[in-house]
Amino acid sequence: MERLEVSKLNHHFGFTEILRDINFNLEKGQVLSVVGPSGGGKTTLLHLCADLLDVEEGSVKNSFVTSSFAFQEGRLLPWKNVIDNISLGLIAKGIKRKIATQMSQDIALKFGLEEDDFDKFPKDLSGGMKQRVSFARALVVKPSLLFLDEPFSALDIGLKQELQSILIDMIDKKEITILFITHDIMEAIRLSDKILLLEADPGHIVKEFDYILPQKERDDKFVYEETAKILQDETVINTFELNITL
Amino acid sequence: MKFILKILKDFPAYLWSGWGAIASIFLFIACWDVGNQIYGDLVLPAPLETFKTLALMLQDDSVWEQIDITLYRAFMGFAISLVFGSILGLLAGFFATASMMSRPIVTILVGMPPIAWIVLAMIWFGMGDETVIFTVVVASFPIIFVGALQGTRTLEDNLKEMGESFNLPWHMKFMDIYFPHIFSYVFPAWVSGLGMSWKIVVMAELLATSDGIGASLAVARSQLDTPTALALVVIMIGSLMFIEYIILEPIKREVELWRD
Repeated sequence: MERLEVSKLNHHFGFTEILRDINFNLEKGQVLSVVGPSGGGKTTLLHLCADLLDVEEGSVKNSFVTSSFAFQEGRLLPWKNVIDNISLGLIAKGIKRKIATQMSQDIALKFGLEEDDFDKFPKDLSGGMKQRVSFARALVVKPSLLFLDEPFSALDIGLKQELQSILIDMIDKKEITILFITHDIMEAIRLSDKILLLEADPGHIVKEFDYILPQKERDDKFVYEETAKILQDETVINTFELNITL
Repeated sequence: MKFILKILKDFPAYLWSGWGAIASIFLFIACWDVGNQIYGDLVLPAPLETFKTLALMLQDDSVWEQIDITLYRAFMGFAISLVFGSILGLLAGFFATASMMSRPIVTILVGMPPIAWIVLAMIWFGMGDETVIFTVVVASFPIIFVGALQGTRTLEDNLKEMGESFNLPWHMKFMDIYFPHIFSYVFPAWVSGLGMSWKIVVMAELLATSDGIGASLAVARSQLDTPTALALVVIMIGSLMFIEYIILEPIKREVELWRD
């Protein structure tokens, strides 16, 4: 069984303690989100899990066969066109260029890009289109584990919903496992099976919330109600410092 | 291969876009002719006369010999700068200490006038090829070195991380992430280095040798043979423009298509 196991994870940058005693498990098919204020060590945690940073103390055991990462700012290669950007991960896996191009074109169309866009360089794409390309690049390799670093934060509501519904479809079919960090509680409630609340200085988990209703059946009403519930929680109020009156 | 074909395919369109440039050259020649009418043949020979002299010179084998000598020196100097400047610049860029330490040296190399180098080189190497080649290297090396240094210094961690997240093998990391970025800095540096080499070689020859275009220019000056001097200038500028606009610019356009 594929799973991600994080136990007793601590991390420092120099003398600054970033993360303290992080423990959680992520099972196959699950969506786990880590929610917390900006600068609270969320990105560090995600990078440690994705093996982009070396673990210093504690352990991260990742038995997922494949994984990919969608970044907050897209991180497209400026000298490659849309299709070559998407196919990057496929080529790295040793898939023939012709097949990789075909797969990339298919997924690009699925993500709302048009054939006219295929040869464009990132400089000619809008922010939303770049994010579509970045998503397509992460998903075209059919990862069993997907890391998401606030990928929706710079998008308008329409595009956000569009990309989320593609993910929800995949979650529904149990095709994918997601570790997701965000500062947007509503986003987390819409997508997650479990939410971990990360308090800053140093980052540590203060509370967990579980959601059993399948993502497909969660409507706006559910999301609003649960958000309202969560925002009244004492721990959440303290973590996000919501009690400061202006 | 695909890349070269693309350059060739876009070449006619590129040439066609050159009408503006040609018009401006003709305008320049017209001004030159006005200058001739005001100051007379001795100071500024007419463009027509210059081009006639040029045509005569180009039929003369000994002139081609001089051009060959100059070309050899310029390209030797440029090639040495290209190889060492690129390699050392890239290496220096990878190490913070090396890039910090090389800065003052580059400032010295850039700041020292080439004419001073020529004098030193004449003392060290005497009159001949080495002096000229040395001066060319000293003048164009720092330009290429700095370009290569900037190329590696400005590599983005974000993209490196992205490459790691997709487990790119090392050859893809190099070809797809590092190389295009570095090349976009190094290539323009090569172009300016080449321009610099071509200018410096003539100057060094004029002062330090008895053959080559520069030396021919010195002879033309001593004989007050202005048409020949201008014809030589036309050869120098013409060849530089040919290399820059017909060979390098189309490549540069293709290479930098992705830039803003």
